[in-house]
Amino acid sequence: MIGRNSLFGPLDPAPDAGYTDAPKRKGFFTDTSVCIGCKACEVACKEWNDVPENLFEMLGTSYDNSHSLNANQWRHVAFIEKPASKPAVDLGMPSVGAPVSEVHEDDKPDFQWLMSSDVCKHCTHAACLDVCPTGSLFRSEFGTVVVQDDICNGCGYCVAACPYGVIDRRRGPEGDPKVGIAQKCTLCYDRLTDGQRPACAAACPTESIQYGDVEELRERANARVELLHERGVMDARLYGNDPEDGVGGTGAMFLLLDEPEVYGLPPDPVVTTKDLPRMFTRAGMAGTALLVGAALSFVRRRP
Amino acid sequence: MAEAHPVGFQWVVEAQQRGAKVIHVDPRFTRTSAVADKHVPIRVGSDIAFLGGIISYVLENGLDFRDYVVNYTNAATLVSDRFEDTDDLDGLFSGFDPDKRTYDPTSWQYDVEDGPGEQSTAQADDSEETQAQRESAAGLQHEAHGMQVEGKPRRDETLQHPRCVYQVLRRHFARYTPEMVEQTCGVSQADFLEVCRAWTENSGRERTTALVYSVGWTQHSVGVQYIRTGAILQLLLGNMGRPGGGVMALRGHASIQGSTDIPTLFNILPGYLPMPNPDQHPTLTDYVDSIRNPGSKGFWSKADAYTVSLLKAYWGDAATPDNDFCFDYLPRITGDHGTYRTVLDMIDGKVSGYFLLGQNPAVGSAHGRAQRLGMANLDWLVVRDLFEIESASFWKDSPEVATGEIVPEECRTEVFLFPAASYAEKEGTFTQTQRMLQWREKAVDPPGDCRSELWFFYHLGRMVRERLAGSTDERDRPVLDLAWDYPVHDEGALGTEGAQAWGEPSAEAVLKEINGFDVATGRPLSSFVEMKADGSTAGGCWIYTGVFADGVNQANRRKSRHDQSFVAPEWGWAWPLNRRILYNRASADPEGRPWSERKAFVWWDPDKGEAGEWTGHDVPDFEKTKAPSYRAPEGSEGVEAIEGVDPFIMQGDGKGALYAPQGLIDGPMPTHYEPVESPFRNPLYGQQANPTRKQYRRDDNQLNPAPPEEHSDVFPFVFTTSRLTEHHTAGGMSRYLEHLAELQPEMFVEVSPALAREQGLEHMGWCHVVTARSAVEGRVMVTERLRPLRIEGRTVHQVWMPYHWGGGGLVTGDSANDLFGISLDPNVLIQESKVGTCDVRPGRRPTGAALRELVTDYARRAGIVDGVHPRVVTASADAQARSLAAAETSDDDQEGQ
Amino acid sequence: MAESRSLLPWPVLRQLTSGDLLGRGKAVRSRRTDEVEPRTTTADRVARSVCPYCAVGCGQKIFVKDEKIVQIEGDPDSPVNRGRLCPKGSASKNLVTSSLRETTVKYRRPHGTEWEELDLTTAMEMVADRVVKSRRDAWQELDEKDRRVRRTMGIASLGGATLDNEENYLIKKLFTAMGAIQIENQARI
Repeated sequence: MIGRNSLFGPLDPAPDAGYTDAPKRKGFFTDTSVCIGCKACEVACKEWNDVPENLFEMLGTSYDNSHSLNANQWRHVAFIEKPASKPAVDLGMPSVGAPVSEVHEDDKPDFQWLMSSDVCKHCTHAACLDVCPTGSLFRSEFGTVVVQDDICNGCGYCVAACPYGVIDRRRGPEGDPKVGIAQKCTLCYDRLTDGQRPACAAACPTESIQYGDVEELRERANARVELLHERGVMDARLYGNDPEDGVGGTGAMFLLLDEPEVYGLPPDPVVTTKDLPRMFTRAGMAGTALLVGAALSFVRRRP
Repeated sequence: MAEAHPVGFQWVVEAQQRGAKVIHVDPRFTRTSAVADKHVPIRVGSDIAFLGGIISYVLENGLDFRDYVVNYTNAATLVSDRFEDTDDLDGLFSGFDPDKRTYDPTSWQYDVEDGPGEQSTAQADDSEETQAQRESAAGLQHEAHGMQVEGKPRRDETLQHPRCVYQVLRRHFARYTPEMVEQTCGVSQADFLEVCRAWTENSGRERTTALVYSVGWTQHSVGVQYIRTGAILQLLLGNMGRPGGGVMALRGHASIQGSTDIPTLFNILPGYLPMPNPDQHPTLTDYVDSIRNPGSKGFWSKADAYTVSLLKAYWGDAATPDNDFCFDYLPRITGDHGTYRTVLDMIDGKVSGYFLLGQNPAVGSAHGRAQRLGMANLDWLVVRDLFEIESASFWKDSPEVATGEIVPEECRTEVFLFPAASYAEKEGTFTQTQRMLQWREKAVDPPGDCRSELWFFYHLGRMVRERLAGSTDERDRPVLDLAWDYPVHDEGALGTEGAQAWGEPSAEAVLKEINGFDVATGRPLSSFVEMKADGSTAGGCWIYTGVFADGVNQANRRKSRHDQSFVAPEWGWAWPLNRRILYNRASADPEGRPWSERKAFVWWDPDKGEAGEWTGHDVPDFEKTKAPSYRAPEGSEGVEAIEGVDPFIMQGDGKGALYAPQGLIDGPMPTHYEPVESPFRNPLYGQQANPTRKQYRRDDNQLNPAPPEEHSDVFPFVFTTSRLTEHHTAGGMSRYLEHLAELQPEMFVEVSPALAREQGLEHMGWCHVVTARSAVEGRVMVTERLRPLRIEGRTVHQVWMPYHWGGGGLVTGDSANDLFGISLDPNVLIQESKVGTCDVRPGRRPTGAALRELVTDYARRAGIVDGVHPRVVTASADAQARSLAAAETSDDDQEGQ
Repeated sequence: MAESRSLLPWPVLRQLTSGDLLGRGKAVRSRRTDEVEPRTTTADRVARSVCPYCAVGCGQKIFVKDEKIVQIEGDPDSPVNRGRLCPKGSASKNLVTSSLRETTVKYRRPHGTEWEELDLTTAMEMVADRVVKSRRDAWQELDEKDRRVRRTMGIASLGGATLDNEENYLIKKLFTAMGAIQIENQARI
């Protein structure tokens, strides 16, 4: 069916994609306030999904040497070294630990080291999926967005469409069977079919990554943020939990301790296919007009 | 903890969610600090000053858990009037012999009613014997031994007597004021007092505080005393033997606890029985008496049964009462045969063959250059590992090949690299850090020629025995008489004969032997109390007895945590006798009632059994039916002498030792000494560093000068090393893995922005770190996670490095351990490799011969001269004389009686 | 769904009939997607093991299919780790299945500049010969002070903290019987 909100706005995506008795929508809640940056999620993901190495290169961005989410990196832990003496708004980009602080050591007791494990958001309105011409990307019965390797032809439309820069075509290493194919987190679709948890959430030592029903996770996230506020952690905030946002809310929510930009997350992502219905309507009208014109001309030709 | 033991850290995070406050004291801001409630940066090597300050805070303010302290510790015990403390002797305790650099501990003893000054025979009688104890790392035995106390020490339960331990301790730490802590550790008084308040407010009847350390603590020249300081504080606050309390060591290898319990260590036999030496142990009786010390309290009174059972396990039928159960077959140690001594002996050409078993000293041991030069001077070397580690390939690609110190064509060492079976390809037990054994099932066969150590050593033994068969040489008897028949697997694949020849031995059969059995019937023993000294029982490690109780592999228990209590007693098996918290008798008050309902763990139930029993959530670490009211009859000894209020059953007086009159080489109480390499003068005493430390004074082991020597400014910065979450120790199990190597692909050096400014270091540029041993390079990581500290009015910069890299694997880099020299803790002979001084310079280090020239140039500027080594004893001559005199006085007194 | 596929293999028809008009879900599933099963489910057996890295002692489950390890993950039943693992523990499969692992004996003769191949039994014979010789050559019945020590100073060993208790037991037992005393492990380091 095509619902009113099939392309924008709040929606339960699995029924919208034709599943009649779909299980409750599944997703992640990543509570960065207890993340210890161990990267177990990165490794557990790679081991389970046979994701090859990304690059052997020190980046100097604190302890992050994975760089970003990409075809060879389905989980990515960001490390932000945050001198508290500076106003948060100045931290447009993750600090690389390099800038020499002029502030006296005694004046910055609240130095913070923020860590956050990023992942595909499994958007309610997933642009990657909307633009996929082959049907390789599909919405699973769990409401997640998954690449079917056996269908993908590597056209790359999805890469440009993702507002988070998550999905990417695999570039290497040479000989890897999936080189050229679009790759990203599947929320361990195969494990979910047998009631198992995704590998990253199963491994996470501190339960920073929680897996479950999105509705329940949303409540848990709200409760957690409230608790942190009570404890005086006023910077705690949720990201991706709002069904009214530009992607209809995500299947992967985050509790952050600073602005999303600090973690390298877009502050206000919008599904790139948001305007499709309007465009379709206009294109449809134009197309209809053309058709009508063509028909008319055809009719006119008849004597 | 979050860095190196992330999964263990889940319990800290959970406690924090429930309201616990987490304080992290560390020179640098780590992943642990990131989620801790408070991070306290501290100068590397000043931990005793810091914890001593807290002890002083507790004692000066009377904040100790008094009921616990009076009853369960030796606080009330009086110390000999001959004891003199460091304050009076410029940093020495009484009894110091400056020539041998050891103590005669006579003056440290308790004030005993029946025989003043009398001391047990198990302890050192004089500094000569202490010297021998240092050489043999005798402190390691105390992992399970504790001290032995003879006679009845005088007590003052009001804790007012000036010579009671409580007052001695209070005076000893009185100088450890918040000001002193600030000056020595670089910790602000506000931060320090916050820690003091948090710790004390969270201890007592209703609450407990846990102290967690990583074993970097042991890698100091005062490592044992670091841990002692923690233990004293936890005893004072009543946090030992209770749930949520304790001193928790985070060990870094899967079975490093097991490899100490069942040691591959030179100075002990399984179960912490000492390796015999020719002077003290000419006969089995002498040996046993030296352990159990007749007249002393506690469970070591059965040392004869443990020893004979071990000898029976080793030599089976050949071990009989007539031949002292083959006690003579045990080789004798005569001093220091530790790994560092041995490596220096290799350099000197004294060692022929060397086995490396899952160990990579070329990267993982201190003074990497000495390690590699040693290996290059052997007849043969056997390396057993999963990968081609640096210790296998040193002859072709070590840094010394680049400097020309090792020339492959000239290096005579024959090298065998055997591929090892991984943990998944063999069965057996690991003992984790809480003394719990867990059996592993074998998942698959090892690939190719990979084999287990069990296979390798079983067959090596078989082949050596074949070669010696028929020998009439008496020295070969121990090999030929060895009980070496183990059932083997693989009969299906190899046939019966083939399996005998090359099959995999049964690990379970070996575990049964370790557990112990009745010789006549083969019945596995259920407890070490069943062990006999008459040869009717055999058992390879008495503390592990019970792991095969009832003939069941208890280590293989896997009852889900969901189906049992939070103590999870039916998951694996913990020594001794499946007790999960040691000394848990202390979780109940003297009458046997829980200190509080909240902290109930083990308690006395007067209605249980015939006349009451200990019961609770854990297996009581106490005789089950010994009532709290039990008092030892006059003249009793051994287990009988342990009273109903003595929770610390392995200690000679059943009490927790706030003050240790014996067992420690370097003093009865911890005291602040500077690290061997330090830019600072000891703020407390003339004695700069641990005066009893083990030092190899050789030209190939030169140390950076420290005050009062001159030129310490050539190495102005302090450095330390530790692990990263993404790697494992010397990298042999991480640098060869794509999924780990990519996470931390390069060696780096963390410096503060201030140091970067001062030395012209650029973030992500190169720098090199220089000591008197070597120079290593890495990428510069400028980070505010490191902060300069104010010490004694000066700013000190601290530099941090991970130590995971070497020349092999998917990612390579210099080894930080190359920077360290060899100085050892006197109690256990573990090296000081968590602190040293250095210089840091921008750019890459020189290569080839120029590297040695750089190091030589630094040494020259630092006044380091071959054949000359700085003074170790720096206390004033007067103090040295008075300390020595204290020992002589007591000798005289004893002779006069 | 299999039925609907056999009847209506053409995606557009599936799209129109499956309730997934936009072709983003049910209608576009491939056969492989429909048939997917996790390796943890299809494994032949599961060995219950313990992580080989640090001393926390995390329980692991090792999944085996066709005599190959296909997955290693935390054991949820374990009271130690509750199924969780750190990055190293999570990389355990990478450790045991790495293509960089040595699977044959490598031999470097004295003064050699390259590794040579050696078969396992030959290597064992050679090591046994050398052990016997080194033991004999450096035998001390009496030490320099004439004390009876009956030991050999020719053989040393380092390692054990990554090994099993049973292995360490045999190592110490054999070396002690042979009179080799310079036996050490990581606990000293």
